[in-house]
This record gives sequence, structure tokens and C-alpha cells, in this order.
Amino acid sequence: MTQGPKRLGPWLALAVFALLSVALALGLKLNPREVPSPLVGKPLPSFTLPALGAASAPVSSQQWRGQWWVLNVWASWCTPCAVEHPVLLQLAQSQRVTLVGLNYKDASPAAQTWLAQRGNPYQTVWVDTQGSVGLDLGVYGVPETYIIDPQGRVRHKHTGAVTPQWVQSTLLPLLETSRG
Amino acid sequence: MRGAWLNAAVGWAALGLFLLLPMPVVADSVLEDKVQRVAGELRCLVCQNDTIAASQAPLAVDLRNQVRRLLAQGQSEAQVLEYMTQRYGDFVRYRPPLKPSTWPLWFMPVVLLLLAGLGWWRFTRARPTGAQS
Amino acid sequence: MIAELGHLALAVALAASVALALLGLGGGAWQQAAVMRQVSNMVALQMTAVTLAFGALTWAFIATDFSVALVAGYAHSALPMTYRFTAVWGNHEGSMLLWVWVLAGWTSALAWRMRGADAAQRARVLGVMGLIGIGFLAFLLFTSNPFLRAWPVPADGQGMNPLLQDPGMIWHPPLLYMGYVGLVVAFAYTVAGLLQGRLDAAWARAIRPWTLVAWAFLTVGIALGSFWAYYELGWGGWWFWDPVENASFMPWLVATALLHSAAMADARGSFRLWTALLALLGFALALLGTFIVRSGVLSSVHAFASDPGRGLFILAFLVLVVGGALALYAWRAPAVGAGASFQGWSREGLLFGQTLLLMVAAASVLLGTLYPMLLDALGLGKLSVGPPYFEAVFAPLMLLVMALMVPGPLLAWRRAAWAWPSRGWLGAAALALALASAVAWWVPGASWATWAGLAMAAWVVLGVARHVLQWLSQPLPRAVRWRTLRGAKGGMWLAHLGVAVFAIGVAVVSTWGHEQDLRLRPGEEMAVGDVRLRFDGITMAPGPNYFAIRASLPMLQNGQTLTTLQPERRLYLANGQTMTEVAIDRSLWRDVYVALGESVGNDAFAFRVHHKPLVNWIWLGCLMMALGGLMAAVDRRRVGPAEGTA
Repeated sequence: MTQGPKRLGPWLALAVFALLSVALALGLKLNPREVPSPLVGKPLPSFTLPALGAASAPVSSQQWRGQWWVLNVWASWCTPCAVEHPVLLQLAQSQRVTLVGLNYKDASPAAQTWLAQRGNPYQTVWVDTQGSVGLDLGVYGVPETYIIDPQGRVRHKHTGAVTPQWVQSTLLPLLETSRG
Repeated sequence: MRGAWLNAAVGWAALGLFLLLPMPVVADSVLEDKVQRVAGELRCLVCQNDTIAASQAPLAVDLRNQVRRLLAQGQSEAQVLEYMTQRYGDFVRYRPPLKPSTWPLWFMPVVLLLLAGLGWWRFTRARPTGAQS
Repeated sequence: MIAELGHLALAVALAASVALALLGLGGGAWQQAAVMRQVSNMVALQMTAVTLAFGALTWAFIATDFSVALVAGYAHSALPMTYRFTAVWGNHEGSMLLWVWVLAGWTSALAWRMRGADAAQRARVLGVMGLIGIGFLAFLLFTSNPFLRAWPVPADGQGMNPLLQDPGMIWHPPLLYMGYVGLVVAFAYTVAGLLQGRLDAAWARAIRPWTLVAWAFLTVGIALGSFWAYYELGWGGWWFWDPVENASFMPWLVATALLHSAAMADARGSFRLWTALLALLGFALALLGTFIVRSGVLSSVHAFASDPGRGLFILAFLVLVVGGALALYAWRAPAVGAGASFQGWSREGLLFGQTLLLMVAAASVLLGTLYPMLLDALGLGKLSVGPPYFEAVFAPLMLLVMALMVPGPLLAWRRAAWAWPSRGWLGAAALALALASAVAWWVPGASWATWAGLAMAAWVVLGVARHVLQWLSQPLPRAVRWRTLRGAKGGMWLAHLGVAVFAIGVAVVSTWGHEQDLRLRPGEEMAVGDVRLRFDGITMAPGPNYFAIRASLPMLQNGQTLTTLQPERRLYLANGQTMTEVAIDRSLWRDVYVALGESVGNDAFAFRVHHKPLVNWIWLGCLMMALGGLMAAVDRRRVGPAEGTA
């Protein structure tokens, strides 16, 4: 260690610390628990599942190509799903976009009762009792909501209950982008 | 007194729950070792601080079973990890994949080691003046 | 009323800290004797006030005063008395109060130990301690007040997390905090010295023992945390590289580097600037750890609080204190000047190399811990950095550290003759490799990592043995022998042997530990290692605040029942959480570890049974290290040139 006025070394520690502090300050605004979906920007994996209700033919995910649609993953045992339900009902009523449900790891009778009690905003409800389609979609909690474009690509995934703010700030702007 | 009855009732109900939930148990130990290894590399997305090997969350159980299914079908460990990454993203891997965004992560320790070596070399050469305390 | 008094006491403590900082730093700067005398009074006032506050909170918990919001949040009328005590620090606010109490305690101890020292230095050092106290007390009072009232007063509390209702909770946080806060002492001494523009022999001589004690506490605290997680979490792991675990491990690595560097600064007057930097970084990382744990920046099973507001406060404090200290360091470095020079191949050279390696390890752990946050902040996506990364990076560095542990103490100071390795060295190296190879060849399943770990452990043991033998070959009177053995040198040997024991434990259990998932009906048996376990059925086992089912598994060997393992599954009544209590049969050579799973029908239950050879060597090694550190700390004799020759 030589003497002398020009010594950069000790200032290095301060510089590194300054950078670190900036990074930590930025980090405070983030949510480390949120997991982004790798499907965003990619085609929705295609699948065919039976639909809830009277014995109807299995429905394919290709059915909705050519239009924007929203896939909502829910279950009757999920409390936040009940919280977000009015938002979905309102969305369905506004007829801005088609709403399709995926009943995840649930029992059909319970699911049907749940919808009968609260109203059914979905055009169709797929039944995924084992959660195998959920796995392909990268579902890790309920509720989760996907926005899919007319080409079948996933444009956005929202984990947790949807809110009116989300509809305003995320869903509607995306729908607008496709109009002329 | 009512508190005690309530506690007992809850206890019996809970016990009933314990006894009703079945859990699949597999006997093939070579496969199980592989499942453990792969599951140990994957992060549980629900509790987020356990591997899916250790976590008891329902999703972790599902994913473990899927891993077992895929390995039993003959897929390699790398293929199973890729399968999970496709669906859940890099977040699910506890060993960060090597790509440009993780080059600093994987190479910095080596760089630091080299810098430390350089620093050591520089400060331990004999100097003409060695000022004592 | 008591809670309000506690709140008032905290305010008084803050005032005392402000006075302490002003009087200490001001008095030291202007050499006013009267002012410097007041410093002792302020230290006493701070200690008394914080003790009163801590006492008030403790009383509130013991009496389960649910009008105090904290008590309502974390205690319950059915909570056993022991855990009412631990509930005091089983939450963010209370644990911060514990932190502050430990800080006041160390400040008092420092004030007492320095009573014969130079008054100006004493004032300055205590002034810096006061500054740190201001930050934490302000944090408590303004963002994390433990004495807030709950209104309306709930009928009962929410109870404590079942995972924390364990003896581990009595010891782990206090011991850990003793370690973290102890690092403040070296920090304070260094800042005081830098303010003066001098890092002299007195500074070096003082830092060494305080750091050793802090390091010993930190070692035990971390080891206890690991030991607790091992039996509490139920999956048989003992270290997960979780952000909060890393937050405690990084200061430990720096403290290890610091204690070696300080020993050299004390003995030889070299390494002063490096030691000073390490002293500053040690506490910096302890503060960073506090930030990580309480700000919600990283997700962790341990995280106390996820409050960006609080996080901002801690970050501001961190920037002020650490940024200020590092700026001071950079500014004053030229004035402090160089220490004695030395060559690469010498005791100082290798020790310097060691500390560099330890710092590279600490930096790598920091990088891995913060990387997910960094990438996310840059918008580059989310990823996870977990045990596979840390093991890949850390293990090779530790092997290098262990390699250097041997030649270091045996070389001469300043410049050692670079001779072709003597037969002694070669012999030791060959023996170490042979031992590891024998084990790896004889017991199937060893990997290169196992072999390397065992070889390094053997190398360290042989190195210590060689050093001891050389020392024994010198003619010395018995009194001197005894003195050395229980002093710094004996402590060093014990601590280094502890590292080897630890490494062997890790290598063996990682390689040859194994587990089986199986199901048993009552009466069925399974083999584990050299014993058999028979499942004898389930009984009910209600507890003070939980309901449980308990399995009975006698452990049999040669027809004899050695003991009975009784794993449980518990349902806690206050918050409905279920938990597994594993049953472990421990011995020095192996643990048999059983977790009770779920019912699988037909009276059968699922079990996960682990066989863990030498797992207790992990914590035994840590204890040896800590004990060695304490022995070195209390050794009054300075390690000088006479003692330093091999």
C-alpha cells in the first residue's frame, strides 16, 4: 500500500456502494413475489376440454380465434374469485369482449351451484378437474386471467383478482389497439 | 368448559380431515431419486421459498407428480426442466440458466477472483519503502 | 399505562443517544474533559431507558395485554409462558427493540472496558455508537412503534406462528443480534480512528477481541438457526441460501476476514487500511441484512416485514451511515498511510490472500442474493437464484480458503523462504489425498466434490497437527504451555479443526445422506441405516394450544428397542395452521429423522424417513469455531514477533 494523494482504491468501495444503494432504492418499488408469464407474446397452448353443464361436446381453445377473448381461471373454493366476480359480470354485460372460464381443480356440482348463486358471465366454462391444462398454461394460483388476441396469442396475464382499475388501464386499451 | 368442548370438536374434525386425505406413495426408488433431484431444482411458486421437493403446497404436489410422470415416460432431467420453464418461466428454476442476462451472475465470481488475485499480487511485491506504523 | 411509559422511555433513549453522539464526537474533537465525562452518563441513561422500554413490552406480552396492538397480533391467551417471552421479539417491532437493547448493552460494555483508555478516543468511539443508536431508535419511534394501542381491544390475540413456538426462538435471535451488534464496535473504533486521521496500535489491539466475540456469537447464532430449521421445517435440509440466511452469512464472512486481518494489524502493524475497510464493511453488511429482512425487497420465508416505507427509512440510514463511513475512509486513507510491507509468500501474504478469498465469497453471495432484484429493476425479467448457484460458486472458494489455512500459520513473517515443498509438506498433502481417495473408493456414491471436501478437511487437520507438533517440540515450561493452549493459539487450532469437522459433516451428509418415502401399516417395519423402525400406530396428543396425532415408531436393533420416535402432525387452534413435528434420533455418527405424512387409507400412513450420517458434525464444527474464537478473544497477550515464529 503506497502513500500518496492519488489513490483510487478506497473510493472504489464508495462507488460500488453508491450503485448498490440506487439498485436497492429501485428494488423497493418492485414486487418480488409476482411471477410473469412466459406465455405473453406467444400462442395460447391449444387444448380441448369438456364444458360445464349438460353433456355437451368438448370445446377446443381454437374456437375463439378471430376475436379478442378473456380466459378466467377460477374455482368455487377460491375466495378472491368471489371478490372479482362482480367485475367479470359487469364486463360480460358490457359485451366489449368474450369471457371464457376455466374451472380449475374443482367439483362440477359445486362450480355450477357457485355460478347459479352469483351469476354466470362466461360464454363457456371449461372443466379442468386435474389441473393439467392449468399446468400447460402456467397457472399457479387462482384466480388468474389471460387476455388473448384474435390470432390466438396471449397478450397479458393477470394473477389475482381483477379490479375495475385493471379493466380500465389494461384490458380496454389492449382491445382498442386492434381497432383501426 | 365450553371452550374445552369446542377445542375437542375442532380436534376431532381435524383428525377426520387428516384421515380422509389420501396421498399417493410410489415404490420405485431409482425413479424417486430422479424425481427428488429434478424437484430440488424447481421453485415452488406458491410458497416461493421452498423447492417443489420440500413444499407441501397443492401446486407443489401436482408439479412433483407431473415430474414423475414425465420422467417415467422416459424424458431426460433436462427435458423436464425445460418443460417447466416453458410454462412458468425462468423464475421456476433455482439454477439460473446461462444466457446474456445472467452472464454477470455466473462470471462475476470468476472475475472477482481474478481481480482479487491481481490485488494480492500488486500489494505483496517487495517495495523499497515500507513505512512502519 | 405501562406501554405509554415504555414509549416515553424510548423517547428518552433517543434523546440520550443524540446527546451521546454530540458530546462524544464533539467532546472528542474539541478535547473538552468535562464534556467527555458526560459521555458515561449518557451511555448509562440510554441503557436504562432502553431496558425500561424492553421491560415494558415484555410485561405487556407476559400479561397478554391485548390493548397493545403488537400483543394482539402475536400472542394468544393459550400461548405458553415461555413463548410469551419470545413473542416479544417474534415480530418486526419487538425484534427491533431487542436489537436496540443489545446495542445499548454493547455500548455500556464498551464504555466500561474503555474507562482506562484515552478519554478523547473513548468519547469518539462511544459517540459513533450513539449515532447508530439514533438511527435505530428513530426507526423504532417513527416507523415501528411497538407500543401502539389496539382499539377496540380484541378479546384474544392472533397467536404466534407455530413454527416459532420452539426453544430455538429463545436463543436464535438474541445470539444473532449479539453478533450483528458486536460488529458495530469495530465499526465505531474505525470511524473514530479515521476521524482522528490515525489507525494506531491501540486501535488494532482493541478491535481484535471485540470482533472475535461478535464473530463467535454470530457463528453460534447462525448455526443455531440452521439447527432449528433442520428439525423444524421437516424436510431434512439445514441451509437453503435463503435471502435472510445469506443476510446473516455475509457479515459472518466479512467478520472472519476481519478477525484475521485485525490479528495481523495488531501483531505486525500491517493491513491497517484493509482491516479498516473490513471493519466498515462488516457492519455495513449487517445493516444491509436488516434492510433485506424488513423491506420486502426480496421474498423470504423469514421476512419479518414487507413494508417499502420502512425499507426506505432503513435504506436512508444505510446510505448515510455506510456511505458516510466509506467516504470518510476514502478521504482519510492517504493520511493513515501504509503499514509494514511484506512479501507474497509469507504469513501476511497468505493471510491477505485468505481475507481476499473470503471477501470474494461474500461478494458472490451478495451478487446471487440481489441479482433477481437487480434484473427485475432493469426490466430484464424475473429469475430465481437458489442453492444450485450458491453451491456451485461458494464450494470451490471455500476449498481454496481451506487450502490456504494450512501453510499460513506455519510460514515466517514478512518473507518466507520459497523452498521446494519439503518432505513434510508433500507428505501431508499426499496423506490428505490418500485418505480422501480411500474413503471415496471404499464407500460408493462419492463425487469429485466429496473427494475434494474430504481431502481439504484432512489437509487442514494435518496442518493443525503439524503446527501442534512443532510447538510441542520446543522446550517450554508447563505454565507457558497451558497458557498458549487456552489462549489465542489454542483457540486458532480449535477453530481451524472446527472448520475441518464442519467440512467433513457437510461432505458426508450431502453425499451419503438419503431419504425414503414409504407407507406403513401398524406392525410393519422398515430398515434405516443400521436400525429398523416399526410403526406401532397413531395416538391423539393434544397440546396447550394445539391438537395433534402422534405416530409411535420404536427403533430396533438386534431385537432390542433402543428408543421410540414419535413424529406428530399438529393443528394449531388460534390460526388453524398445521405443522409437522419430526422425530429425530441423534448421535455423533448419524441422525435418523422421521416425518409423519398423511393418511393413505387402510390404517396406513405415509412417512418420509431420512438417514443422515455425520450431520451433527456440521453444528459441532460451528461450536468448535465459536469456542476457539472466544478463547482467542480473552487472551490478553498480544501475538507479537516472539510468538509468531513457527
